[in-house]
Amino acid sequence: MPQMNMIQALNSAMDIMLARDPNVVILGEDVGFFGGVFRVTDGLQRKYGEHRVLDTPIAEGAIVGAAIGMGVNGLRPVTEVQFADYIYPACDQIFSELARLRYRSAGEFFAPVTIRTPCGGGIRGGQTHSQSPEGIFTHVCGIKVVMPSNPYDAKGLLIASIEDDDPVVFFEPKRLYNGPFDGDPTKPAVPWGTHPKGHVPDGYYTVPIGKAEIVRPGKQVTIVTYGTMVYVCEAAAKSLGLDAEIIDVRSMVPLDVDTICSSVKKTGRCLIAHEATRFSGFGAELSATIQEECFWDLEAPIGRVAGWDTPYPHAFEWEYFPGPARVAIGLKAVMETP
Amino acid sequence: MPRRSRLHIPQHHSRPGEEPDFSYLETSPAGAVRRPDVNARVRDISHLSVEMVRVLDDEHRPVGPWNPHLDPPELQVGLRHMVLTRIFDERMQRAQRAGKISFYMRSYGEEAVSVAQGMALRPGDMLFPSYRNQGLYMVRGKPLVELMCQLLSNTRDMCKGRQLPVMYHWASGRIFSISGNLTTQFPQAVGWAMAAAIKGEDDIAVSWIGEGSSAEADFHHAMLFASVYQAPVILNVVNNQWAISTFQGFAGGEQRSFAARGPGYGMAGVRVDGNDFLAVYAVTQWAAERARTGAGPTLIEHVTYRGAAHSTSDDPSRYRPKDDYEKWPLGDPVERLKGHLISLGEWSEERHAALVAELEQHVNESWKESVQYGALNEGPRLNRDLMFEDVFKEVPEHLKRQREQLRAELGG
Repeated sequence: MPQMNMIQALNSAMDIMLARDPNVVILGEDVGFFGGVFRVTDGLQRKYGEHRVLDTPIAEGAIVGAAIGMGVNGLRPVTEVQFADYIYPACDQIFSELARLRYRSAGEFFAPVTIRTPCGGGIRGGQTHSQSPEGIFTHVCGIKVVMPSNPYDAKGLLIASIEDDDPVVFFEPKRLYNGPFDGDPTKPAVPWGTHPKGHVPDGYYTVPIGKAEIVRPGKQVTIVTYGTMVYVCEAAAKSLGLDAEIIDVRSMVPLDVDTICSSVKKTGRCLIAHEATRFSGFGAELSATIQEECFWDLEAPIGRVAGWDTPYPHAFEWEYFPGPARVAIGLKAVMETP
Repeated sequence: MPRRSRLHIPQHHSRPGEEPDFSYLETSPAGAVRRPDVNARVRDISHLSVEMVRVLDDEHRPVGPWNPHLDPPELQVGLRHMVLTRIFDERMQRAQRAGKISFYMRSYGEEAVSVAQGMALRPGDMLFPSYRNQGLYMVRGKPLVELMCQLLSNTRDMCKGRQLPVMYHWASGRIFSISGNLTTQFPQAVGWAMAAAIKGEDDIAVSWIGEGSSAEADFHHAMLFASVYQAPVILNVVNNQWAISTFQGFAGGEQRSFAARGPGYGMAGVRVDGNDFLAVYAVTQWAAERARTGAGPTLIEHVTYRGAAHSTSDDPSRYRPKDDYEKWPLGDPVERLKGHLISLGEWSEERHAALVAELEQHVNESWKESVQYGALNEGPRLNRDLMFEDVFKEVPEHLKRQREQLRAELGG
């Protein structure tokens, strides 16, 4: 099976969908001739033309607004918002329009728009190129929210998102574009070719939206996480010699409550980890749901490791990023409580 | 003393108790504005955005190059749609005052905009209206009962009880869902038009906002995208002078016309007498042909007047003279088209009275039928399970659980 990094896997997903469905179009800043600042749409305009892969003005609200109109007119737009930090000007179109169009028109109108956007830190992006705003989007009724953690899932989930008749906000943890990252920036970069999930079929396949994945089965504790933190949590559990069951949420809306809660009922302990800020973060929803479903099976309070409730500071990136040391402390707390 | 910077606060021409003063309004004589080819370059037609296209003169005669030369039967149809819109509005206003519906918005004084434009477009053209474009529904023939059932949020509500009154939609009639958030439909219309061009179809998109809403970022987004991609779209700013209580100066209308923003973005801008049925029809025809033949988008500013309150929740006597609309220099669109037809010998006061009586009866009968299907607080109700549908295409697990929870907690 071919090896792909996450950029190539995402590119392959769009290439396949542009070829399969003449209604698929791509639009965003720098996505056309140049192929995107992260190269995710590289070569697609050359292959499918300027009417299928459109460079746009720098106006995220307009990109999403126009994509909604395109979707209403039968196209299946895939928009790129260059950084998740730039998505806020589009939020009125996403929250008030895209998310609610089907509802308010009683199903007569809908817009199958996919919004791709790179998120997360660890690339020295400072406070405007490092954010993880996924939790905000999970609070809006009517949009699906996904975040893959590896090339295989990235391709399969993106194809599933493009084919989905509901709008999807598709977060791409950009620190993972070129390889899995265990949270230690001093180590040499590891390419995706060394990882089983870097082996990606050339052709069409989907990864279903709404299904979490147990990336490592274990008995002692359940770690519920997603995105870059999957690898950080693996490293932290390994450093403690813990037999942790690690769940990659993958899809925040809809959430695979069964997979998560079955695991917690089995292990009796749970740590939630995400890079996003802690207060009202998606971990709060996970924690509340797990507590409601699994209270009588819990041996200890549910733990949370998250980004600090501050903007992402440029100079203190590795004090901010919830690295393996902090996850290990969180794990110890969950394990040591009686 | 050196001069210092000074903040300008736009001041309305007259306030409650004062004499209405419309001296700020710049108009052109009927027939005076040159009509360029539909494919003229933007730089050559900037006069259209500062002058005012008018066809009907003070004696109700059509004059000048913009006369669309409509046959009397077409004019009579236009009059009928406008009168129906007005009667429908009046009846629904009364229904709101009687507590039958929660909210209503009339289009009194600006009926020509929706009706003339709706008639000048093709049935395949996609309309992205604002909340004061009910005339479009009259033109495209939506049964009144269906509109009324939406207003009543009853068992036949097209929105299944999810939207405020007047936020209609009609997919098969090619009228987009009204949001309630202002101007959001503008960039969506541009996207729809871009898709039509991408697919090689010659339907165009048309959208409407008020002049107040042109302050939203979505206006600028729409203008930019329409211009950059030369999308086949008509963007309408209905300048009815008022955004609830703030007059058009607060939206930027004091220094330059709204139509002039068209050339500012590199697209045609046309300023039209919005109460002149023939002029609105003619500029829409011009802009539609321009869009359909790949010559680019047009911004049309309709200079009109909001003759009624913003909505049933508003009281304009607190911020403008009571007789403002009676003194509006561009008159009333229904009276002007009626006068034109009479001057042609194709209409009379008697025929008009008969039309009004016929349409009042039609509206009243439609209302009687509609209330049989329930109202917000009385009669049969929608199934509340509908609340959980259409959030997504399929009802997801968590919403199924919440639907069960509602049943368990509230019974039934």
